[in-house]
Amino acid sequence: MAAASKSSTDEFIKGLWKENPAFVQVLGMCPVLAVSNTAMNALAMGLATAFVLIMSNIVVSSLRSFIPKQVRIATYILIIATFVTVVDYVIQAVSLDLYKALGAFISLIVVNCLILGRAEAFASKNTVGRSIMDGLGMGIGFAFALFCLGAVREILGAGSLFGAQLFHDAFQDWVVMILPSGGFFTLAAWLLLFNWLKQRKERKARNADSAALTLSKEVL
Amino acid sequence: MASESLWTIFINASLVNNFVLAYFLGICPFLGVSAKLETATRMGGAVTFVMLVSSICAFGIQLLLVAIDAPYLKLISFIAVIASTVQLVEMFIKKVSPALFRALGIFLPLITTNCAILGLALFQTNKGYSFVQCIVYALGAGAGFTLALVLMAGLREKLELAEVPDVTKGTAMALMIAGLLSVTFMGFGGLGG
Repeated sequence: MAAASKSSTDEFIKGLWKENPAFVQVLGMCPVLAVSNTAMNALAMGLATAFVLIMSNIVVSSLRSFIPKQVRIATYILIIATFVTVVDYVIQAVSLDLYKALGAFISLIVVNCLILGRAEAFASKNTVGRSIMDGLGMGIGFAFALFCLGAVREILGAGSLFGAQLFHDAFQDWVVMILPSGGFFTLAAWLLLFNWLKQRKERKARNADSAALTLSKEVL
Repeated sequence: MASESLWTIFINASLVNNFVLAYFLGICPFLGVSAKLETATRMGGAVTFVMLVSSICAFGIQLLLVAIDAPYLKLISFIAVIASTVQLVEMFIKKVSPALFRALGIFLPLITTNCAILGLALFQTNKGYSFVQCIVYALGAGAGFTLALVLMAGLREKLELAEVPDVTKGTAMALMIAGLLSVTFMGFGGLGG
């Protein structure tokens, strides 16, 4: 409601960058770290999550006037669990290899705080159209973040991208990047980059402000 | 798989395949509640308890679902049971210790969306553990979660006093520590066999 003045394009854009769920809000970290050991896994997981997010946003927002306030969380979780079950069976039918690689983490999309968070914070208060845009933005932003992480880990850890070898045979794989600890390190590095960019922007804005201030004083 | 000894299951769940540091389950409370040592210990206790109860429930549900031949209901019924268990624990803690209730704050309801608990329920059914094995598995996972949380909180309390560059403050630093802890825990590999 607070964002009523914003257009739906804004709702879409904000999820991609300014409020990127993984890099800025640090939500839904478990799948981000767990399945991002190859670019392919990361992308598949990102798309599956995005699908569940969009669908649950649609349903939650269209049912928002019927759901009693006291049991809303339980209702949202049941809606999300339904779509996750759908995704689970679809992936199993489409690619068994992918299903085995992702393992229990497909089912664990249910407990991704990002999805419940969007249902509670956005879809339960906004119209269906805006919720779809929000879901799209957040979903794609999340998939993008997962892909960034997965690509870095695969390139450094296995010397390949989407299974295609990138380097000469002499390249020594950084095995640690494929291991669990590599996930933490890569995400930390991305967060550092985001923090640094943010701080640089703030510093620039501050400098511009003070420059403008001295200028106006001189004019006076 | 189902013939593992209880000791092996415990060591595996708590150290070798630590839920937080090797499976990345329950990262949200891990990063969120690990700023203070005391809160971390209590959170660990609460999670272990919920794990134990939901593990027992999940075992029962699995038997029931197999009996009525409806495996596609697994996810929905697991999450429903976990959510209601968390609700019970929340009411219990609120009654017994309001101070603890305030300290845990938002993270108590968030145990519902703690992947470690749902993960535990799913893993134990995948592995086909017996009833006793399930209980030991839940205890091990809870102990591992608490251990990781407490270690992390101890490190972060020390870091409060350290001078670090501005960019690394907050989550980025926490993640780097988690990475180092995860490397350390790899040292336990091979212990449980």
